[in-house]
Amino acid sequence: MKSYDVLIVGGGVVGAAILRELSHYKLRIALLEKEEELAFGVSKSNSGIIHPGTQNPAGSLKGRLCVQGNRLTRKITRELGVDFKEVGELIVAFNEDEVKKLLELKKEAETLGVPRIEIVNKTWLRKHEPNLNKDVIAALYAPTAGIVSPYRLVYDNAENACRNGAEIHTLSKVVNIKKTKKGFEVFTASDIFSARYLVNAAGLFADEISKMAGVDDFRIKPRKGEEFLLDKKKENLTNHLIFPLPTKVSKGILIIKTADGNPMIGPTAVDTEDKEDLATSDEGFRKVFSAAKKLVPSINENDIVAYFAGLRPAVGHDFIIRHEDKVPGFVNVAGIQSPGLTSAPAIALMVRNILKRNGLYFRRKFFFHAHRKKTMHLFAIPLEKTKKLIRKNHSYGDVVCRCEMVSSKEIRDAIHRGAKTMDGVKFRTRAQAGRCHGTFCTTRIMKMLAEENGKPLTAVTKKGPGSEIVKKDKTRD
Amino acid sequence: MTERDLIVVGGGPAGIAAAIAAAENGVKDILLLERDQYLGGILNQCIHTGFGIEYFKEVLTGPEYADRFVKKVRSIKEIEVSLKSFVVRLTPDKTLTYLRPGLMQVDKAKAIIMATGCRERTREMIHIPGTRPAGIFSAGLAQKLINIEGLLPGNEVVIVGSGDIGLIMARRFTLEGAKVKAVIEIQKKTRGLVRNVVQCLEDFDIPLYFNHKISRLYGKNRVEAVDIVEVDDDFNEKPGTKSRVTCDTVLISVGLISENELIEMAGVKLDRKTNSPVTNELNKTSIPGLFVCGNSFKVYDIVDSVTRDSIIAGKLAAEYIRSLK
Ligand SMILES: Cc1cc2nc3c(=O)[nH]c(=O)nc-3n(C[C@H](O)[C@H](O)[C@H](O)COP(=O)(O)OP(=O)(O)OC[C@H]3O[C@@H](n4cnc5c(N)ncnc54)[C@H](O)[C@@H]3O)c2cc1C
Ligand SMILES: Cc1cc2nc3c(=O)[nH]c(=O)nc-3n(C[C@H](O)[C@H](O)[C@H](O)COP(=O)(O)OP(=O)(O)OC[C@H]3O[C@@H](n4cnc5c(N)ncnc54)[C@H](O)[C@@H]3O)c2cc1C
Repeated sequence: MKSYDVLIVGGGVVGAAILRELSHYKLRIALLEKEEELAFGVSKSNSGIIHPGTQNPAGSLKGRLCVQGNRLTRKITRELGVDFKEVGELIVAFNEDEVKKLLELKKEAETLGVPRIEIVNKTWLRKHEPNLNKDVIAALYAPTAGIVSPYRLVYDNAENACRNGAEIHTLSKVVNIKKTKKGFEVFTASDIFSARYLVNAAGLFADEISKMAGVDDFRIKPRKGEEFLLDKKKENLTNHLIFPLPTKVSKGILIIKTADGNPMIGPTAVDTEDKEDLATSDEGFRKVFSAAKKLVPSINENDIVAYFAGLRPAVGHDFIIRHEDKVPGFVNVAGIQSPGLTSAPAIALMVRNILKRNGLYFRRKFFFHAHRKKTMHLFAIPLEKTKKLIRKNHSYGDVVCRCEMVSSKEIRDAIHRGAKTMDGVKFRTRAQAGRCHGTFCTTRIMKMLAEENGKPLTAVTKKGPGSEIVKKDKTRD
Repeated sequence: MTERDLIVVGGGPAGIAAAIAAAENGVKDILLLERDQYLGGILNQCIHTGFGIEYFKEVLTGPEYADRFVKKVRSIKEIEVSLKSFVVRLTPDKTLTYLRPGLMQVDKAKAIIMATGCRERTREMIHIPGTRPAGIFSAGLAQKLINIEGLLPGNEVVIVGSGDIGLIMARRFTLEGAKVKAVIEIQKKTRGLVRNVVQCLEDFDIPLYFNHKISRLYGKNRVEAVDIVEVDDDFNEKPGTKSRVTCDTVLISVGLISENELIEMAGVKLDRKTNSPVTNELNKTSIPGLFVCGNSFKVYDIVDSVTRDSIIAGKLAAEYIRSLK
């Protein structure tokens, strides 16, 4: 039985942020994830926005953590070499009534400490956001809103945590938890792990983990959001993130800029029962496009290159982050809906402090490797730099994914850094994520995965066991 | 930077025919760039017969058809072939940049012929609602997996679209021992050749449903089923006609669009729907000396017509280069 000081259940952005935070200290720590790779839960399907903290009720926990998280994300992305772009957001108003609401939002945001917000007028908007609907008369401008690649943030947090001594076990679904005198015994199908402290960051399944640990007082209610990605050619559709006024249940349908350049529109907000229901729908499509066109009329259905749905793990209106005194050593991090991506580093600090208050002894490591070498992406650098790279390493000149310009070097690096599936390669490198959806590069990536992982081609999967790409290899039998 | 008379981008049937024609019309210094590790383009994976009937008056397979041209292009000393060479940038002054293992090269040419082929329309472009599991393939990818790699993508297949590639893949899957449960076509009639409907579907008892579409796709890890529904003339679902078909594979064969991101980068206007250059003259673009041929000019039904028109592109480029002197 492997034993640890702290075990974290769930390898999304929250679990990964906690893992990295705890890896600063002399602790034996590990993370258990049921999927074959991290970031295959809620953290892979969201808007990728690092919110400034507007649109949260003034007294809320999520509001406070969001503002703090926005600040911390800048530092952490710098350390990890993840691109963070501060693009700013505009919440727009179409009439005087809506302008009044903007003023209320502004006041609330100021109470939370959101920096540098201001109301901008029509002239400003014409100049800085020319494709915006001409009927917009004013907007609340929050310049500190930013964008990141959510999955790269998870992978790079996790990689850095492991460099600093943390362990990650994938394909390790927690099926049972036993409270012992000294802490917990945590069961997966094939292993038992013991730990003094247990942190539940299981996203949509946090209620089930909590119940296993003996706390059964909340239910996760998934709320679905469908999003549509547009062609990279439309990168400059808008210069900022564009929001309508928020409703009670969500921030509404937005025009989003993503870290890799594709504009995105969405998400919807529809309650559902099934925690695995990631289907998109015709209604979602219609709803998103009609709402998005209201903000930016030139948006066109022909520009869609991909779409997906994500589920917000909602419990009421706020996050639940607390030590469960009934089960000493057990910390719940649940109901982490939006702005969970933004808040993750602040949540990690809060969890550290909760553990400290509940008896875990923290001693900083003498050597903490805070910095991680930035992952190279050809699509993100000027050709002059590409030239030098190719001279140093020939396989940067061997382009595998033509739509997104990803070389075999980048793909092999991603596999060496832990990609085990086709989606894992896609999330890390963007290969297969472009216009042709992998028609031209799928076979080459499959071969590289099989070769590097010493597996037959029939064992290569899209996203873990059960999602094998092909059924039979005729050259083998 | 090297200066060239003519650079041809793409080593499929279009690029090869254009390069040969240019050489035969007096161009002395030709560079042919191909991204892949072999010439022949998409023909390499089309191992069925039906190529060359017009051009050679013979029935050939795709690779056989390509081979005749590849041999010829290899024998012409005015043409330098560079494989694994991926063009990443094109500017209006006809300077292009390409990457090759170990090298990034910038070349300027008097004339450029773009013959970059086409790509398939995807599931995303026709918005099939539902989940996104493994088991969804474009017909071209399935063809490559089976014919080139010897891998069978699935056992129970539903094919969306009745164009020639979809029809040919229906037969291929059946011959490989898989079951093709249905071919679904939203239009009233097939876009493919009649001979393919007979030889690929009827001979194998594969049902073809006109005026039908997939209204939803199911499956978490792997495709499990699809809903098929009848549509009216405006493509709206007809109530009460929905049925569920279990399958582990969905093949998308809903047409091709030209691959022209490079000329777009150089400022050539593209048609929004087809992605081909907006022009009234065969193979010409708004930039003098920049030509486009083959499937990147417009999507052709058969390769014989690609060869015919690409020869003209080679001649046009030769004329243009002569006119500069
Ligand atoms: C459509 C949409 C848009 C959003 N946009 C934004 C945004 O722009 N900005 C923002 O800040 N936030 C946004 N959010 C919210 C944000 O995505 C989430 O708050 C965040 O990703 C939650 O991370 P997590 O780590 O808690 O959950 P997850 O990423 O789901 O991680 C939980 C992990 O636990 C694993 N797990 C579950 N059960 C078990 C078990 N029994 N054993 C082992 N492992 C288990 C899961 O597989 C999963 O990997 C959005 C959410 C959605 C749905
Ligand atoms: C799946 C499929 C099945 C078909 N079946 C039939 C059939 O049965 N009968 C028939 O007559 N026709 C068939 N066709 C049509 C026929 O194959 C095409 O008309 C013909 O191959 C088009 O030739 P092309 O040279 O324009 O394009 P392609 O053959 O696609 O060649 C384009 C070449 O350009 C290269 N290239 C692209 N971008 C770059 C770049 N940036 N830098 C360098 N190189 C680049 C590509 O690698 C490729 O080799 C089929 C087509 C497809 C897609």
